Amino acid sequence: MNTNAINRVIIIGAGQAGGETAQRLRQGGFKGEITLIGEEAFPPYQRPPLSKKYLAGKVDMDRLLLRPASVYAEENISLLRDTRAVWIDRASKRVRLEGGRELSYDALVLATGAKPRALKLAGADLAGVHLFRTAADVDAMKAAFVPGARLVVIGAGYIGLEGAAVAREMGLEVTVIETAVRPLARVTSPEVAGFFLDEHTRQGVRFMLGGQPALIKGEARVTGVSLMNGTEIPADIVITGIGVTPETTLAEHCGLKVENGIVTDENCRTEDPAIYAIGDCANRPIAHYGGRQCRLESVHNAVEGAKLTAAAILGQKAATETPWFWSDQYDLKLQIAGLFNDYDHVVFRGAMSERSFAAFYYKDGRLIAVDAINKPGEFLGVKALIHKGLNVPPDVISDESRTMKEIVAAAG
Amino acid sequence: MPKVTYIESSGTEHVVDAPVGQTVMEAAVKNAVPGIDADCGGACACATCHVYVDQAWAEKTGEASSMEMSMLDFANEVQDTSRLSCQIKITEELDGLVIRLPDSQH
Repeated sequence: MNTNAINRVIIIGAGQAGGETAQRLRQGGFKGEITLIGEEAFPPYQRPPLSKKYLAGKVDMDRLLLRPASVYAEENISLLRDTRAVWIDRASKRVRLEGGRELSYDALVLATGAKPRALKLAGADLAGVHLFRTAADVDAMKAAFVPGARLVVIGAGYIGLEGAAVAREMGLEVTVIETAVRPLARVTSPEVAGFFLDEHTRQGVRFMLGGQPALIKGEARVTGVSLMNGTEIPADIVITGIGVTPETTLAEHCGLKVENGIVTDENCRTEDPAIYAIGDCANRPIAHYGGRQCRLESVHNAVEGAKLTAAAILGQKAATETPWFWSDQYDLKLQIAGLFNDYDHVVFRGAMSERSFAAFYYKDGRLIAVDAINKPGEFLGVKALIHKGLNVPPDVISDESRTMKEIVAAAG
Repeated sequence: MPKVTYIESSGTEHVVDAPVGQTVMEAAVKNAVPGIDADCGGACACATCHVYVDQAWAEKTGEASSMEMSMLDFANEVQDTSRLSCQIKITEELDGLVIRLPDSQH
């Protein structure tokens, strides 16, 4: 046997990125050992529904699972649940688990994800104060989601606003506290943020923008949140959604380069050719954006990392896509294609008043991203344009006399 | 339990048990039927679960919503009976459903 052959793959992290890697290795014909190590009690499952249909009680854990629990044994994938990896020895290519057991690898995949930022406030450890990351987090908060209960959401990002929308639909009283002067400040334009602010306000959500939480009040259980300006908001439940930090401890301890995530090349390989990093924990050059290093928190990024890594281990190549994201709030489906961050111009199609519109973002005259609200054609159209490296000028894309399909077809 | 037959573009058939209440997409993905990516997990967000419903079943599977139709506009090689399989719920009436898969989702 070729001594360079890869016979043992260890994947640390059994989220969507880790789970998909195992699955794609087997689908691609990999015959060696696969060990998938996860800290949670469940086999790999989809996280996006946690703040949407799972919180609302519309889907159960069985339906969140990427694949049935029985598949792992059937496909000879060793799934270690409730298991934490504590050390990587790159010289001897070994991973040590909590409890002391050691496993050897030929290829190691770090899919360790991200951890939610915790509130550094007195009272943040009270009962009724929840983070939003795992199914266990949501299970813990679900019982308190009853009509009339008072919910305070700290952080007006997508996760927080999705939680707020579910809570309003279930009849809770909802207050959102955000330190910035508008919601979604990190992730979209003021125009789109304003639309979501209006929508949530119309749905009965109260916003405390520019609000600085000072203290979570309560004895054993939370009773309210105090702001720096003295305002007190009564609460039965508090959910924090103030962003995540990449889980890079193992990588740092074994000396891999970490800069806002574990740094990799375009094939998800770290500076150690035997180690890959994918998903929320990884920072990878994105081909569609001139190879800019990006740490993306999304299903697209998790799945693409899994595809690229499985292909690399199998000695193959995989295609990449335009980055994309989505968020569901009330009956609004927001679909995002591309990376909007350094845009200098925005134009629109559709009408906010009709709750169906798209914002197209440009940088130096080049289309770089779209936020499409109940406008799926605009989302898919821009996703295809960016993928093909095509540009459509702002005056053409905002021409409502032509359909998005016609515009995309005319572009090439 | 209803059975659904998936036919790959190569002609390979997969017959799977599909629980009532799940979707045509979920039954395929959970049984490792190749050809349906369904990256978004069934949120009608990605259009990578495009299928052709067999003509004989087209009426029983119902009509696509306007959201779904707009997504299908951008799918590859769309036909009259094209659907996003995440939007077709399995019912007892769909026992025996035949689904054909496109060459590619991209």
